[in-house]
Amino acid sequence: MDFLRPASWEEALAAKAEHPTAVPIAGGTDVMVEINFDHRRPEYLLDLNRIGELTEWEIGEESVRLGASVPYTKIMENLRAELPGLALASHTVASPQIRNRGGVGGNLGTASPAGDAHPALLAAGAEVEAESAARGTRLIPIDEFYTGVKRNALQPDELIRAVHVKKADGPQQYSKVGTRNAMVIAVCAFGLALHPETRTVRTGIGSAAPTPVRAKAAEEFLNAALEEGGFWDNGKIITPSVAKQFAELCSGACNPIDDVRGTASYRRHAVGVMARRTLTWTWESYRGARRASEGAA
Amino acid sequence: MRVNFTVNGRPQEADDVWEGESLLYVLRERMGLPGSKNACEQGECGSCTVRLDGVPVCSCLVAAGQVEGRDVVTVEGLADFAKQRAESGCATGACGTTLQDAQQWRAKGTDSQTGEGGELSPIQQAFIDAGAVQCGFCTPGLLVASDELLERNPNPTDADIREALSGNLCRCTGYEKIMDAVRLAAARQSEAV
Ligand SMILES: Cc1cc2nc3c(=O)[nH]c(=O)nc-3n(C[C@H](O)[C@H](O)[C@H](O)COP(=O)(O)OP(=O)(O)OC[C@H]3O[C@@H](n4cnc5c(N)ncnc54)[C@H](O)[C@@H]3O)c2cc1C
Ligand code: FES
Ligand code: FES
Repeated sequence: MDFLRPASWEEALAAKAEHPTAVPIAGGTDVMVEINFDHRRPEYLLDLNRIGELTEWEIGEESVRLGASVPYTKIMENLRAELPGLALASHTVASPQIRNRGGVGGNLGTASPAGDAHPALLAAGAEVEAESAARGTRLIPIDEFYTGVKRNALQPDELIRAVHVKKADGPQQYSKVGTRNAMVIAVCAFGLALHPETRTVRTGIGSAAPTPVRAKAAEEFLNAALEEGGFWDNGKIITPSVAKQFAELCSGACNPIDDVRGTASYRRHAVGVMARRTLTWTWESYRGARRASEGAA
Repeated sequence: MRVNFTVNGRPQEADDVWEGESLLYVLRERMGLPGSKNACEQGECGSCTVRLDGVPVCSCLVAAGQVEGRDVVTVEGLADFAKQRAESGCATGACGTTLQDAQQWRAKGTDSQTGEGGELSPIQQAFIDAGAVQCGFCTPGLLVASDELLERNPNPTDADIREALSGNLCRCTGYEKIMDAVRLAAARQSEAV
């Protein structure tokens, strides 16, 4: 095994071009487990820890450009206002020690259906900034990033430089089912974001299909129902029948398996429950914000 | 490969390190510092917790090569680390713990039960006084994590303590005495100010 320690992003891209089989290591919270248990013996480890810009973020007009190695702890501490869904999801990852090392770049690299960043990124709207020495930068829409179980759209010579996550324009929630609060890989998880500016709702489902997925039929149904009932303007409580149908469509978007963490039917059921709850929570806070701004006006 | 990094305030060098080796392995097997425990090697138990550039991490999940040039504090250096922090910084340049001292570190003193007369950090003393140590396997990780909590947050609520220690498993105590120990250390810390 060789340990490559590029001192700059350019050097890292050059190393990845020269050794496409090199395994990048950021926080190491996925890679080291595999090495410790001899599940993986890469020829090259490509250490990204010396590349300072990977741990930085920039808050732009529309989105946050989140460096691939920004640890979850920093997201929770610094980006709760801009990226509330991702901050909530980050807080559910493992433990403080793991959150101090692991980040979204590694979560995307592993592309586990259970990764907690994914539902939040799908719901918020995001693009993955991938770069290679040969072809430069490309932005991969998050909906096209997950290509199979633990597979993603990266080419062998590419590295993730950053993720561009849309800044929240409305309430967001993240919900996860597990046996306790800490150190739990999701049995299933659900992210929801209201986007009042475009009058749309987006979702993300974790651990209930071969890849993280959006519940698109549920989104379309809810978008239409909210529009029809004038809900965005009148700020009324969402009718129980609408919430119920939304929940059912979210369950229907799942394609889960039975495994040690839970059965397929439990996952389908639990996703529906989380969908209804997160819709209620986010809608309540949307109504609260509306009332507050009307009161002030 | 060779890795140079600071351990408990002193520069150290590890030779013949395998590229896939963890920081935990280097500390325990190459530097003779078995304080950080190896229980799971997968980040689940926290018994290998050390400070990496001040940040608590599982040393079993840090590749040795990643610590080149960086700063590691282990439980063996915790007493000195806490002392220097209390005296605010290292003015003399002779701070830190030598590898030999760290290797020989024991909760010695005149009484091994109470730690009396030994060189203990306040959190270590509090763990002894509160009866938070049974088999002791989880203790080093909990000490490092608790000490960092109290550095960051001198008056933690119970919820803060639970959150800070949520990455550390203990199979013996049932955690209540550990909670007591952290509360005790916090109370003593605020009395001292
Ligand atoms: C005890 C424990 C509990 C966990 N609990 C959770 C949990 O609750 N939720 C959850 O989502 N995850 C969990 N994980 C998994 C892990 O912590 C996350 O997936 C984390 O986001 C990985 O980030 P990292 O920086 O440590 O990745 P690494 O281990 O460094 O890398 C992971 C993968 O991504 C690749 N990679 C890293 N950076 C880049 C880059 N810039 N460009 C291209 N590829 C890259 C690596 O080659 C590797 O394939 C847990 C892990 C452990 C050990
Ligand atoms: S040995 Fe590192 S967390 Fe268990
Ligand atoms: S005292 Fe035995 S594991 Fe904690």
